[in-house]
Amino acid sequence: MSPTEVLAPQPTPQPAKTLEQLDGVVIRFCGDSGDGMQLVGTQFTNVSAAFGNDVSTLPDFPAEIRAPVGTLAGVSGFQLHFSSSDIFTPGDEVDTLVAMNPAALKTNLADLRRGGTLIVNSDEFDKGNLQKAGYESNPLENPEVISKYQLHRVPMTRLTRDAVAGLGLSQKDADRCKNFFALGLVYWLYDRDRKPTEDYITDKFKKNPTIVEANLRALRGGTNYGFSTESFTTHYQVPRARLAPGRYRKITGNEATAWGLVTAAKLAGKTLYYAGYPITPASDILHELSMMKNFGVRTFQAEDEIAAMASVCGAAFAGNIAVTASSGPGICLKGEAMGLGFMTELPMIIVDVQRGGPSTGLPTKTEQSDLLLAMFGRNGDSPLPILAACSPGDCFTLVQEAVRIAVEFMTPVLFLTDGYIANGAEPWRIPKFADLAPIHVVHPEGRQSGHFSTDENGNGDGEPEYLPYLRNEKMARPWAIPGTPGLEHRIGGLEKSDITGNVDYAPANHHKMVMNRVNKVAGIANYIPLQEVEGPQSGKVLVISWGGTYGAVRTAVQNCVEQGKSVAHAHLRYMNPFPRNLGEIIKRYQTVLIPELNSGQLRLLIRAKYLVDAQGYNKIQGKPFLVHEIVSKIDELLESK
Amino acid sequence: MSTDAIKSPLPVLTAKDFASDQEIRWCPRCGDYSILAQMKKVLPTLGIPREKFVFVSGIGCSSRFPYYMNTYGFHSIHGRAPAIASGVKISRPDLQVWVITGDGDALSIGGNHLMHMLRRNMGLKVILFNNQIYGLTKGQYSPTSPVGSRTKSTPVGSVDNPVAPLCYAIGSEATFVARSVDVDIKHLTYVLERAAHHDGTAFVEVYQDCNVFNHDAFLYASDKTIKADHIVYLEHGKPLVFGKDVKKGIRLNGMHPEIVELGKGITEDDLLFHDERAAEPSLAFLLTRMRHPEFPEPMGVFRDVQAPIYDQRVSEQIAAETKKKGEGNFDDLFNSGDTWTVE
Repeated sequence: MSPTEVLAPQPTPQPAKTLEQLDGVVIRFCGDSGDGMQLVGTQFTNVSAAFGNDVSTLPDFPAEIRAPVGTLAGVSGFQLHFSSSDIFTPGDEVDTLVAMNPAALKTNLADLRRGGTLIVNSDEFDKGNLQKAGYESNPLENPEVISKYQLHRVPMTRLTRDAVAGLGLSQKDADRCKNFFALGLVYWLYDRDRKPTEDYITDKFKKNPTIVEANLRALRGGTNYGFSTESFTTHYQVPRARLAPGRYRKITGNEATAWGLVTAAKLAGKTLYYAGYPITPASDILHELSMMKNFGVRTFQAEDEIAAMASVCGAAFAGNIAVTASSGPGICLKGEAMGLGFMTELPMIIVDVQRGGPSTGLPTKTEQSDLLLAMFGRNGDSPLPILAACSPGDCFTLVQEAVRIAVEFMTPVLFLTDGYIANGAEPWRIPKFADLAPIHVVHPEGRQSGHFSTDENGNGDGEPEYLPYLRNEKMARPWAIPGTPGLEHRIGGLEKSDITGNVDYAPANHHKMVMNRVNKVAGIANYIPLQEVEGPQSGKVLVISWGGTYGAVRTAVQNCVEQGKSVAHAHLRYMNPFPRNLGEIIKRYQTVLIPELNSGQLRLLIRAKYLVDAQGYNKIQGKPFLVHEIVSKIDELLESK
Repeated sequence: MSTDAIKSPLPVLTAKDFASDQEIRWCPRCGDYSILAQMKKVLPTLGIPREKFVFVSGIGCSSRFPYYMNTYGFHSIHGRAPAIASGVKISRPDLQVWVITGDGDALSIGGNHLMHMLRRNMGLKVILFNNQIYGLTKGQYSPTSPVGSRTKSTPVGSVDNPVAPLCYAIGSEATFVARSVDVDIKHLTYVLERAAHHDGTAFVEVYQDCNVFNHDAFLYASDKTIKADHIVYLEHGKPLVFGKDVKKGIRLNGMHPEIVELGKGITEDDLLFHDERAAEPSLAFLLTRMRHPEFPEPMGVFRDVQAPIYDQRVSEQIAAETKKKGEGNFDDLFNSGDTWTVE
């Protein structure tokens, strides 16, 4: 199709349009960070999810709230994969790219597949904007671009202004509606229902009816444009996906983490205490929980990361499900107080929504580079249980498991997610609260509780005394909380005597207590599920992944297995301790491949623990894996065998 | 205090009930002993069950305090006691939470937390043991040591301008600010009682003798033979008078305090009258600026005002939101917003 520029909707007769069916589509909206790309991306996601597609999203925005308009640094994008089949990634290649200005085109065009649909706001391709984007000539007139893609030059700024004419809007306000024009056009292209977005607009701007009307007109203008211009001859349908029966909603990882925490507290019959300090990309957990006061949630925006963590130690001592969340730089600051939580053996959850590091790094981009920080980021021998969620919806389930481990074993638990699953969304099968497993919490009360000294282990005066470090079969100590008569006791960061918890620096006691704490955490392996393997139970290549790379690795391995290749996949959610059968699984394959969005952190741990020459595949670009990247690496390993 | 705690029948407690079985390991004649003793005296008078008390401390000599109290206690990490205590108090407003800290712990490594704890006005009782030295690490100068202090880390004298704890507290708009001296037993007991009864954050500075590393620091305020000329006791509604024969007073000259002799035409009516309940903290701040040796240093309650209390406000918001929205229902939450059904 040759590009055509049509300035206004064509009068009747309406052009004939064909409707084709597709299995799935990857679409990306990109523009200036002030252009509302996250908003339209989210709207398209909601509408597609509600229609019944499987969806997977990848928001990608700059760290600057408003970088200079029109510059490469200010480009914000939102990628969405919607499909009629089960999908696990936001897609490798983009089928349809919507670019609102030259900078957006420049930073995103490489990801558009050959023959893909390219929709640009041609009004923005003036000399100044081209210059800001570093274009020497207009790419829309570049023969290579024209031949390689289905280019639609749409004068969106002008058409939007026309659509809202007569409402008395300033030009600036009129131009702010153009994201809805673009959305309306894409709605037509993929035969989507406009109604939910119209409802959204009506509600969102209800205080300003003129803005409601303007955005509605822009949205409809976009749809009408697609319908009536000759530029678009075909539009597409992506049928409903065949997901497991049930009721669904869309959920992001941060929402799922927040909801999972509130749910876990309720399942434990406890109050949720949450302390945080604003940090990208974890702040949404604080926002979400702050709105849930009617669930009894007590949130505290602390003065810094240290105070947030320290207050969590206090709230845990006081008998709450105590939680903090942060990202790499904040987790560093929390290290000392996490050590205190470990030393005093109090249950608490530390969520690390990983982002690009080191230092401030890439605040809005994803990475998996805090695994070793989680493992080793405290002084002394201080291992903590570590769990890592594999998808947005998994955050809900796994964070409950984190709470369960924390209270059963009396230990802080680190819960790792990353920017990709925290901000990304997927359909989530809505559980029934009554079906969720309760979490058992026991606080000793009174002297019949079995936590008191006897003639054998007492101090000899015959008075029974509470023994805060008398362990149970899981090596967990009792959790007596302030307000309980007769169980007054002191805890602290100093080494303490086995059983009584009194300050004790004796050499043999210290050795014993260090090993007690280390062995307690190691022993959790006996109470977690065995590792499962997808694909052949033995063979040439075992791919081990963890965290948010699950979708890409699973899809890659599935593709390989379908082609008859000898490849299997083990995805870890329990990072410390590892499932107790992992070593035995590793032995059944000739080669182990560990793809990670870091320089090889899990690989270091697996090599150290299982003495296996695991191979790495590492990408550290602030972006998730593409499926074909992993397939290529697997093929390379298979060929070298 | 929660009402159920007040209603429950209370056993009669004594100081002994608040002593733990742990051997006290402060140096002989350390000022901490006296503070511990007065605390054990005050707590049984409050009508609060023993299990409702929590003592939280940081790191330093004074921070061993919780080990010696037979209450719930948390000896934590350096500087973070205010934050840990905040977590206890926000999540359990029914508990009476005391923070035990020192000049290094509170004002150096923990200065940030101290400010925020004070401005939030949580129901915490804070005792800052000020000995103007790092004792536990064996004698480095602290953030309250005067310029010129010769210590292990300042062999030719400190050039570091010190912070005044009570100025800091008033600057952070603390609602209760007081000072006492470790060996002034009656006065210290009185100040601790006042702090215990204050709603909101109560901040008390205690001049504490580190007789190993900084024994002379507060002799002017503790030595019975000379202190009358060097301190002035604050009493609400009373003029500021001091001196061996109570013949001296503090008069305001514009915004400047000055020492005047009573008699010769100057009466008590000319003096500065103390108003601990003044909403405006400027006069209280002025009192915190009176330093030895230029002025007698005020002892007692500088400020005692009411303001909204953080942990109570948190509870109120939860109650209000629950009333407005109804108690949270999980199935409603999960099914909120756009949902769809797959057959």
